[in-house]
Amino acid sequence: MIKVYTSSVIDAPADAVWARVRDFNGLPQWTPFVVESRIEEGQPADRIGCVRNFRLRDGGMIRERLLTLSDYDYQCSYAILESPLGVENYVATLKLTPITEGNRTFAEWWAEFDCAPGREQALTEQIGQGVFQAAFDSLKKVVAR
Amino acid sequence: MIRVRRSAVIDAPIERVWAVLRDFNSHAAWHPAVGPSTIERGEAPDQVGCVREFTLKDGHQIREQLLALSDRDHVSTYCILDATLPMRSYVATVQLRRVTDGDRTFWHWESTFDVPRGREREFEQLVGGQVYEAGFTGLAAFLQRGGRSSPPLQAVDAQGVVATAFGGPEVLQFRRLGSRPPTSGEVRLRQTAIGVNYIDVYIRKGLYGMIEPPAAIGMEAAGVVIESNAPGFSPGDRVAYACPPPGAYVTMRTMPAAQLVLLPDHVDEETAAAIMLKGMTAEYLLHRTHRVKPGDTVLVHAAAGGVGLLLCQWARALGARVVGTVSSETKAELARANGCEHPIVTRTYSFAEKTKQVTGGRGADVIYDGLGREAAQQNLAALATRGHWVSYGHATGPLDAINLSEKSGTFSQPALFHYTADDLHPMAGRVFTALRDGILKADIRQRYPLAAAADAHRDLEARRTTGQIVLLA
Repeated sequence: MIKVYTSSVIDAPADAVWARVRDFNGLPQWTPFVVESRIEEGQPADRIGCVRNFRLRDGGMIRERLLTLSDYDYQCSYAILESPLGVENYVATLKLTPITEGNRTFAEWWAEFDCAPGREQALTEQIGQGVFQAAFDSLKKVVAR
Repeated sequence: MIRVRRSAVIDAPIERVWAVLRDFNSHAAWHPAVGPSTIERGEAPDQVGCVREFTLKDGHQIREQLLALSDRDHVSTYCILDATLPMRSYVATVQLRRVTDGDRTFWHWESTFDVPRGREREFEQLVGGQVYEAGFTGLAAFLQRGGRSSPPLQAVDAQGVVATAFGGPEVLQFRRLGSRPPTSGEVRLRQTAIGVNYIDVYIRKGLYGMIEPPAAIGMEAAGVVIESNAPGFSPGDRVAYACPPPGAYVTMRTMPAAQLVLLPDHVDEETAAAIMLKGMTAEYLLHRTHRVKPGDTVLVHAAAGGVGLLLCQWARALGARVVGTVSSETKAELARANGCEHPIVTRTYSFAEKTKQVTGGRGADVIYDGLGREAAQQNLAALATRGHWVSYGHATGPLDAINLSEKSGTFSQPALFHYTADDLHPMAGRVFTALRDGILKADIRQRYPLAAAADAHRDLEARRTTGQIVLLA
């Protein structure tokens, strides 16, 4: 089992950041790499068990199932059902925590998964920096508007 | 029940922040509101269940118990046992998280507790602002100053070696001892290495009346500050000292910060314990009591002993010709290897003739005499006209009256502590510089556990030792 952990500080109140990231169908609005997204079977995007089906800028398709969503803890987790990444048993969690000093947000995003031997390092880098940190950097700009 | 939550981002890696916060007694060093603090019963500050007792700078007194500590999750949970504040059922948690973006640390501090009705808001502000937020700022400033955490302590009370009476090495006994928190101007040390000096033997025998048995002996040690109540010293600082009163043969010691010297990175604690007293002795003998010049002839007794070797090394580096006395061929070799040009092997203190011989009949310009009575006549004979006889010890007994008129000689009877009283820091600094430059070399050939101090004394008195002796605590 591989673990990837990325965290950052977003210069906006946690409830404002949460309003952006709690929308399971909202990746195109705040990430740089998702061009379009839909929730399968017409489900609401905050219904546990719903599946988002989205297309990456490079053309790849990913399907992910919402596992948990907590407006109380500013936290959600999801599993990958299908993707071109080459990962198995992939579960990720995104969590926000208020930073009282400066009324900012501590944002954490981590994932656990299995993969083919030898791919660990590349996937850790790709997911930790290429996905999570890149999304945080994009989120910083989106909430600053 | 009120809940207080505060959080901040500290601009330092989580390892560095956690190393300080996991130490339940570190708050006195970094929190601006916290005064003296001590862990009860001498327990380690990472012992779950340990109790810290401290005074806030506003005078309130608090006892808190560590309930949980996780190095894996970077979480510490504790509660208040007693306080002079009207807070009940107070349980607090400190949680750190790594901010990978910029290698910083997210610090969340949270508590729940009860206060008298109507005072909730007051206490929310007090705990959140003056304790938690002030703590964030205080720790950030502490880390910026280079503050470090103390190393993990073993959960033991202080132990030490006590002279139970005046007498032979057998009066030394290893015992459990108390350790008290530092008062103003003091620090508490966890000692790691302790130097053994001949003065310890004199004190054990009762020569100086410096102790009332039973009492711990020992004049020098090195270690780490675990609690500070003195400006300029923080937990984690590596320090050493060489000074009275006796009492250095212990694992923990509370003492005035004015007597401590901070160790530079290039001096480890064993070296410091081995060399502080002897090195500063060599420093004042060669630079202050008598200023040794190039071309001087210096006579060093016990040239393979703790001070003797340092005198040989340093006098040679100053350009002097070094003549020394030793008790065996092996020691002669050692002295020679350390800068003694003419080692004289004698067990009967007859060295005057040879000294005159190697100096073309002139004798020694300065004699560093730790021998005393038995060597007095020979020293007088070995002294050059207008020479300087420096008596800094008396291993064979105190000197009788001496008459130097036949040599127009000068006689000095200096004591280290009259020099360190005014010049501790310059003296220690010159010793550390000499160590760095390779002029002085610690030569620790004997290491004993602290509990075996009596064996160290036996070997020292039987002349079985060379170089420096260190007890490890």
